[in-house]
Amino acid sequence: MTGSSIGIEIEGVTHGYTPRSGKPTVALDNISLSIRPNEFHALLGPSGCGKSTLLFLIGGFQKIQQGRIRTARGDVTAPGPDRGIVFQNFALFPWKTVIENVRYGLEKKGLKGSEAEARAKHYIDLVHLTGFERSYPAQLSGGMQQRAAIARTLAIDPDILLMDEPFGALDAQTRRIMQEELLAIWRRTSKTVVFVTHDVAEAVFLADTISVMSARPGRIKRLVQAEFNRSDDPHIHKSPAFADMVEQVWDMVRDEVDQARMQGH
Amino acid sequence: MATLLRYTPLLIVALLWELISRSGLVSQQMLPAFSDVLRTLVELAQSGDLLSNAVASLGRALLGFGLAVVLGGALGAAMALIPFVYRGIDPIVQIFYPLPKSALIPLVLVWFGLGDKSKMFLVFLGCLQPMILATFNGLRGVDTILGWSARSLGASRLEVVREVLFPAALPQLMTGLRTALAFMFLLMVSSELVIATNGLGYLIGSFGDQGSYREMFATILVVTGLGFAADRAFLAWSGHLLRWRP
Repeated sequence: MTGSSIGIEIEGVTHGYTPRSGKPTVALDNISLSIRPNEFHALLGPSGCGKSTLLFLIGGFQKIQQGRIRTARGDVTAPGPDRGIVFQNFALFPWKTVIENVRYGLEKKGLKGSEAEARAKHYIDLVHLTGFERSYPAQLSGGMQQRAAIARTLAIDPDILLMDEPFGALDAQTRRIMQEELLAIWRRTSKTVVFVTHDVAEAVFLADTISVMSARPGRIKRLVQAEFNRSDDPHIHKSPAFADMVEQVWDMVRDEVDQARMQGH
Repeated sequence: MATLLRYTPLLIVALLWELISRSGLVSQQMLPAFSDVLRTLVELAQSGDLLSNAVASLGRALLGFGLAVVLGGALGAAMALIPFVYRGIDPIVQIFYPLPKSALIPLVLVWFGLGDKSKMFLVFLGCLQPMILATFNGLRGVDTILGWSARSLGASRLEVVREVLFPAALPQLMTGLRTALAFMFLLMVSSELVIATNGLGYLIGSFGDQGSYREMFATILVVTGLGFAADRAFLAWSGHLLRWRP
């Protein structure tokens, strides 16, 4: 870890685009947000609120049109291995086996041979995929593919972990297990996590802080401290405090969902 | 056994062919019996004529095919990756798309004469289009987030092209290659029917002109067999390369 007190600083970011047939749209409107190092931060909002766009801007995948995003390593201008990303649809390289996928980023870091192999195996083990090293992604279930994608991203040891609805494509049971495992890994590795979701309970369960975003144009409507992720209670989901918080956050989101519906999402 | 069963319809066609020819419904001239054609085929093969003409045909055709694969692949890739090149080349590709390349045979005869070059050029033209389109569509169809993944894992832009875009486009590239291979046989034979002094297409044409229909049919069988074998071999190779696919 860097000793810096900056996790991610987002200052006055405004972002728009013009669809092929239509008028220019403002996706993000003057977003400013400060994320601490090692914070688990959820971006929560209805679809079309620009939460993924914000994540991709932090990742450096899209050009920042207006405003500034900084990490401990300076201004974000391009993608880099200090900011790992996990996508909803896994984005594994389908022509590579699980271990080849995990090794890809390690080899870019200059690791070779048995060293890369051992490190890749360590992360495959961490996500409980041991025994499937030689499988191709198409031979695995969705949950297993996402485990492989998470292992691939963790293996390069990024300071920041960007997650774009990573469990959105999984069934309910798998999603729950993956959430718990993600928290366990996060506690052990202490990374700054930015987690995009539209699932209120997921955000409350996972995040230290939740940015509740408004329907288009995307703004940060409220910041909510949740911090259930610090608890060791395996039945935290059932606690009244948890249920209260979910209801509270739901009320904030509900208006925005209605708004988004009227915009046609 | 399963393979044998699969090709039973072919056996039935051969049998029907034999029966129709033997029954006298059509003259032996128009449709020589299958068994006679096979016997002629063996004789032709023993004389060495088939082999020398097949070598002449395939040599030219493979050169034209190879050139089209390299140039078509490069053009398609440039179109997919550089917007400027796309705008420059796409209209030309589009306008020549519906033109049957065999319509150019007389023109190519004037340009390149009776020698090897004319046939090579025609095969090249026929294979170029499928290669350009497959490479272009293949590369353009790759999911953006695959490239993003690689970039965030530390790959440079150039590495993304080489290590992500091309492997991801491989299924489409292989389909393009297979189409080009079929066009290669098509233009190889049709160009030789019109402009050639040797080759399998030339052989078919001259046997036909001489009224040697058994020999003509035998040569057609050889071309069919070669095309089929090439396609099967290609599919086996492609299946191995794409074994990662579900």
